[in-house]
Amino acid sequence: MIFDIASETLPREELEALQLRRLQALVERVYHLVPFYRRRLDEAGVKPEDVRSLGDLERLPFTTKQDIRDNYPFGLFAVPMEQIVRIHASSGTTGKPTPVAYTQRDLNTWSDLMARTLSACGVHRGDIVHIAYGYGLFTGGLGFHYGVERLGAAVIPVSGGQTRRQVMLIQDFGPTVLCCTPSFALYLAEVAQEMGVDFKNTKLRVGIFGAEPWSEAMRSEIEARLHLDALDIYGLSEIIGPGVAVECIEAKHGLHLFEDHFLPEIIDPVTLKPLPPGELGELVITTLTKEAFPLLRYRTRDITAIDYAPCICGRTLARIRRIQGRSDDMLIIRGVNVFPSQIESVLMEIPGVAPHYQLIVDRQGALDTLEVAVEVDEATFSDEVKGLQALARRIESRIKDYLSVSVTVRLVEPRSIPRSEGKAQRVVDKRKLSA
Amino acid sequence: MKVEQISVFLENKAGRLAEVTRVLGEAGVNIRALSLADTTDFGILRLIVDNYALAREVLKSKGFTVGKTEVVAIEVPDRPGGLASVLDILAKAGINVEYMYAFVQHSGKNAVIIFRFDNLDEAIALLQQAGIHIYKGEEVYKL
Repeated sequence: MIFDIASETLPREELEALQLRRLQALVERVYHLVPFYRRRLDEAGVKPEDVRSLGDLERLPFTTKQDIRDNYPFGLFAVPMEQIVRIHASSGTTGKPTPVAYTQRDLNTWSDLMARTLSACGVHRGDIVHIAYGYGLFTGGLGFHYGVERLGAAVIPVSGGQTRRQVMLIQDFGPTVLCCTPSFALYLAEVAQEMGVDFKNTKLRVGIFGAEPWSEAMRSEIEARLHLDALDIYGLSEIIGPGVAVECIEAKHGLHLFEDHFLPEIIDPVTLKPLPPGELGELVITTLTKEAFPLLRYRTRDITAIDYAPCICGRTLARIRRIQGRSDDMLIIRGVNVFPSQIESVLMEIPGVAPHYQLIVDRQGALDTLEVAVEVDEATFSDEVKGLQALARRIESRIKDYLSVSVTVRLVEPRSIPRSEGKAQRVVDKRKLSA
Repeated sequence: MKVEQISVFLENKAGRLAEVTRVLGEAGVNIRALSLADTTDFGILRLIVDNYALAREVLKSKGFTVGKTEVVAIEVPDRPGGLASVLDILAKAGINVEYMYAFVQHSGKNAVIIFRFDNLDEAIALLQQAGIHIYKGEEVYKL
């Protein structure tokens, strides 16, 4: 089902005309209302009236997370506090949170976009939606909540935690839709198994999972264990929260980005130049309609590729690929961009290989080397040297096939790689240490 | 006719082998025979012990990756050409020796050698036909 047929199936030409009108209004507005943007635009030598085509987007300055931090807490808000009705914040990795704001119209837009999102996943009136995203400063819980209400389905605002109780609620209240992070979905499956509960006997039909990167291998696992269609949703609080892009249940192939509200670009994170469709790069988003907290060319640091090909679901909105990694942990190995999460998804696809790994980058002479330390567990262990060497060669050739970069795999003992508590140290870059 | 061998994955770093033997020693497990296959990055320690189950349990609890392999313990005459006579039988039948190592202890005036073959059952049958003594598991654990 398409929630907003008119907006979601606009012919590309009309969509681009709408985007241009909205972009021009946005630049005009931030130039006059936000001193930070006025300064940046002046520095770039661009006046609002210089934006005559979507191609002029390239002339506008980027905005980064650091810019938001530098204007902490409310320096980038574009409306007076009297017009703000909600403030959320994302957890900052360096202490201070990143606050974002909404006017009533922003909240309406957000609810509409989340209703579109749920609809794309096959959710409709009559469904019962179990929301296990956290409620609070985090945009996940409330973002979904308002979307479900806007759609007219029933919402169970469970929020996070109390996993056993959640399993009980899924059994007793019979929700048909589950919304949470993919890792929590798998944890739910584990706890349910301990409790002797089979998800086959619940009414769950659809799961909408996001807020962290995951892989196709993980989708297969979640679908097999929870007996539902697992769909990927993308969003970030700076842009609006959840509801930026979502897979449609018809194709399950790329996430439709709501381009009438968010103008996407893919750039090379090193040269900052735009990349053609299909090429992997950093996603940059300009918010076209946000009132309280508009962003010009915001660098999301998320790595994906964009595809403008029509989709079987009927939406004309471009699709972004499942997030492949973060540009801030991107490694350049002999000129090839490598993201730790890409290595992770290759490892996850090899049966028996534990998802615990560490990348060690070094330089031998003039040549970069990438070593992948992989833990050997009982499933992959062989008591013959050639067996273990074959395993290492198999992983090396898989990585070479997928990422076009030669690596050396080193097999290590279980638990010898530090476990992730928050941010795992996946990468040791010895080039930086010796440079 | 088969003997249970426990194998342990070891990273090539100081103290790992000592740790394995210490863990087994503290649990009262006696090592009957061992061999260490090593590469530049890792090693595989293969052990015949007097209590396989206990050895596996204590090593696993200490976080080691352990595996189980069935091997054969063969009595080989302790004289020039003794080992060759056994290997000839296998070579003629096209059976491959994956690896082998000797027991520390003798049994009478003969040596005991542990073999891993690519075709274990066929090897056992052949050797028995040739009148070569193959030890039972219980005998080996107590040797």
